[in-house]
Amino acid sequence: MAKEEIFQGKVWRYGDNIDTDIIIAARYLNTFDPQELAKHCMADLDESFAQNVKAGDIMVGGRNFGCGSSREHAPVAIRAAGVPVVIAASFARIFYRNGINIGLPLLEIGDEVEKIKADDELTVNVATGEIKDLTTGDVFKAHPLPGFVQEIAQAGGLINYIKNK
Amino acid sequence: MGMNMSEKILARHAGRDSVSAGELVICDLDMVLANDVTAPPSIKEFEKIGRPVFDKEKIALVPDHFQPAKDIKSAQLAKAVRDFARKHEIKHYFEQGRVGIEHVILPEMGIVGPGMLTIGADSHTCTYGAVNGFSTGVGTTDLAVAMATGKAWFKVPEAIKVELTGRKPENITGKDVILTLIGMIGVDGALYKSLEFAGEGVKTLSMTDRLTIANMAIEAGGKNGIFPFDEVTQEYVEGRVQQSYEPVAPDEDAGYVQTVTIDLSTLTPVVAFPHLPGNTKAVKDIKEPVEIDQVVIGSCTNGRLEDLQIAAKVMKGHKVHDRVRCIVIPGSQAIYQQAMHEGLFDIFIEAGAVVSCPTCGPCLGGYMGILAPGERCVSTTNRNFLGRMGDKTSEVYLAGPQTAAASAVLGRIAVPSDLEVK
Repeated sequence: MAKEEIFQGKVWRYGDNIDTDIIIAARYLNTFDPQELAKHCMADLDESFAQNVKAGDIMVGGRNFGCGSSREHAPVAIRAAGVPVVIAASFARIFYRNGINIGLPLLEIGDEVEKIKADDELTVNVATGEIKDLTTGDVFKAHPLPGFVQEIAQAGGLINYIKNK
Repeated sequence: MGMNMSEKILARHAGRDSVSAGELVICDLDMVLANDVTAPPSIKEFEKIGRPVFDKEKIALVPDHFQPAKDIKSAQLAKAVRDFARKHEIKHYFEQGRVGIEHVILPEMGIVGPGMLTIGADSHTCTYGAVNGFSTGVGTTDLAVAMATGKAWFKVPEAIKVELTGRKPENITGKDVILTLIGMIGVDGALYKSLEFAGEGVKTLSMTDRLTIANMAIEAGGKNGIFPFDEVTQEYVEGRVQQSYEPVAPDEDAGYVQTVTIDLSTLTPVVAFPHLPGNTKAVKDIKEPVEIDQVVIGSCTNGRLEDLQIAAKVMKGHKVHDRVRCIVIPGSQAIYQQAMHEGLFDIFIEAGAVVSCPTCGPCLGGYMGILAPGERCVSTTNRNFLGRMGDKTSEVYLAGPQTAAASAVLGRIAVPSDLEVK
């Protein structure tokens, strides 16, 4: 059984169609060291992210988050930057699969995401899919992640999950 | 209800009589692919599993992204792939001098074919739908598990039917068809879904057109794009695909969530403006001239012989504009050699273009044509995201090879007929 896990943090807010080249540009893909990737995460769009992100901060995007390349370096960079969960209106499918496989929970809430603003303080319960915006008082309900997906996340990814089985 | 092409391939590989959209299935894979960027992290994960490779003949390793090595770190990536391939005696490992762009060489060498199921740690793995296969991109962890087990889980996708009617005009390429479609449905118009091509218009598309179209299914968010098997497919795979294969056709009552119709006879050359492939505009509707600094002709989207022939035909007898750098990149060694024999390189070189060895190079901003701040490039590649080919203030305009070649000559976005009225 997946144990209940609640994250709390400040929002880094981005728009629609955040592609994997923005999350981590190909010029940094000559390494796959997570800490090195984290230094360049979001660089072309928002240089302040890598400099100022704090462990526990939450990334929030619009539609089609993570579109483009299959580079697993993208969710790895986000997680290595300290972000424990990403919320979006919708996710591109390869990014979604990669996020699950490396143990980065991803929650889809559709157009409701418009109500979440930069620097809001959120709590996120991955098990129930409940997201509370402590700044505005809004509460959102994402589809909860299936149990095995939560277990993969808690194991630290698919490989550890398979090894532990 | 009957099954569409993707459902049939997934059912067959799951050992099932039928599957339907939304189901989760575990499938046996026919081919598992990675490149020099994605294989090294996959290998690291694979080694944690502690098993041998599932089948040394069903893994393809293609060091094409940053090779010949652009720097020391990239050389280390290539070495990691090379050492792994030797250790596990991987049959389809391609060393420099024999390597080409992954999605060009796998169909060309018949390593993928009709009815086959392929996953690759590269998003443009969806290219092989052109030869009636089901193929899709995955990340490095899925690939590691696949190298160890020969299996992957899939959610059976819903399908959009793309009904192609009419006849493709002479001045139109597969790139114009797929950019038009992405412009219609948007960059997430096929999110999580399959694009299944159908209709009388399909037979007027060459295999090169189909490979370009299937290649960019991902740019509409698609899981895969797939063409029916016909005489064009038969002719292409004959003599290439060595193993036995079984084509798939959709049942008459196959289910689709949506139908999009495109009359090919009405199409005109299209360009995707920065910074999304869906940001399309017909060239004839561009009011203000868009002056450019660079043109790239190549990539897994448009680096095939027919693409180079189209570009050379346009550039013959012309010079690349003084302000423009034109970089031509054949997609494979076989294409390179054939283009050379046909005299295409003479045309490019006399026009003042660079001809490179096969590589993904500039498409993803790797090397061999990186853009400086503020520069603009017309490119036959597949993505024009912010900073994709260089500095974050540079711009990429996606186009077919005929438009790219005409733009190289005129120094602005243009089509071949613009050369005649000069």
